[in-house]
Amino acid sequence: MTTIRIIVTLKPGVLDAQGQAVQQGLRALGYESVGGVRVGKCIELAVPDEMPPETLDAMCERFLANPLIEEWRVERDEDGEEKSRSRVPAFPRSREVR
Amino acid sequence: MRFGVVIFPASNCDRDCVHVLRAVLGQEVEEVWYEERSLDGLDAVVLPGGFAYGDYLRAGAVAARAPVMTAVRAFAQVGGAVLGICNGFQILLEAGLLPGAMLRNAVLRFRCTTVHVRVESTQTPFTRTLREGHVLQMPIAHGEGNYFAPGSLLSTIEEAGQVVFRYCDADGRVTSDANPNGSVRNVAGVCNPAGNVVGLMPHPERASEEVLGSRDGRLLFESVITTVIARREAPKQSRLYEIATGLRPSQQGRSPRPFGARDD
Repeated sequence: MTTIRIIVTLKPGVLDAQGQAVQQGLRALGYESVGGVRVGKCIELAVPDEMPPETLDAMCERFLANPLIEEWRVERDEDGEEKSRSRVPAFPRSREVR
Repeated sequence: MRFGVVIFPASNCDRDCVHVLRAVLGQEVEEVWYEERSLDGLDAVVLPGGFAYGDYLRAGAVAARAPVMTAVRAFAQVGGAVLGICNGFQILLEAGLLPGAMLRNAVLRFRCTTVHVRVESTQTPFTRTLREGHVLQMPIAHGEGNYFAPGSLLSTIEEAGQVVFRYCDADGRVTSDANPNGSVRNVAGVCNPAGNVVGLMPHPERASEEVLGSRDGRLLFESVITTVIARREAPKQSRLYEIATGLRPSQQGRSPRPFGARDD
């Protein structure tokens, strides 16, 4: 088995009220320079090693995400140690925040 | 007339719906467990409010894949009248039986208040006996009622007349102040292209008795009762049949107009 991590986020441009609320919380703690917060969810699946990407994509499209409002990306466990922790590039999205 | 009220794990308005339909309106009601696979013998089905499956993943997402939804889909396909209230509306959206999706309220708060909605379409069994522009007062109670549809889908819905209710003020004006949750174009309820499946965020079952402050919600249930019974029983020359089918006496050689059909 291998661990798959699916990151689901609201599409750019779709109002993220939860993100706004979190941003207000950060502001209350004094982190006023934070320019934007988007909140998503992370779903970890234990699946057979040979599961094809198309199957994972179908799961997202049919159920795990709502394609009208959400997008997703699939991360595969690369370390092979079955620690249920995918190797994720550090802050993959933060560079997009200006 | 025989209603079904579907009960999912963590539905919490099912008893209210059963009470209104059975005790207030004198109808037969079957409580339909979420594992049921048939809706045989029912004339209309209500998906009540609540937090089915704890709203896990997304509101209505897990419930939309429950066994009973296969039966609801089949029931809708043959023209059965289906009403989704609040969480029931969210479930119909997630099941793809209605267009669009729900976002969290733009106001960052759970909204529990009384609102007004304007009837935008009478081409559904639940609004057939009302008139366009009719203003109804009903309560809402939701955290995720911010109706959203991407631009092209929204245009399609608007052009097809699938917006059934819009939030408005007491005088029927559709204003941003009257919008409790940020819904696009104040949409409070929509229907499918055929008109037989309707979803709305306000709670008609909580506004069906004078003691609760409003009886406006009862009009939706009375409409579907009138429509279904008239289609089945009313003499073809009667005004009742005309209202229920949209067919004037001169047109009565034809079959009843499907819900959603519009005058050109």
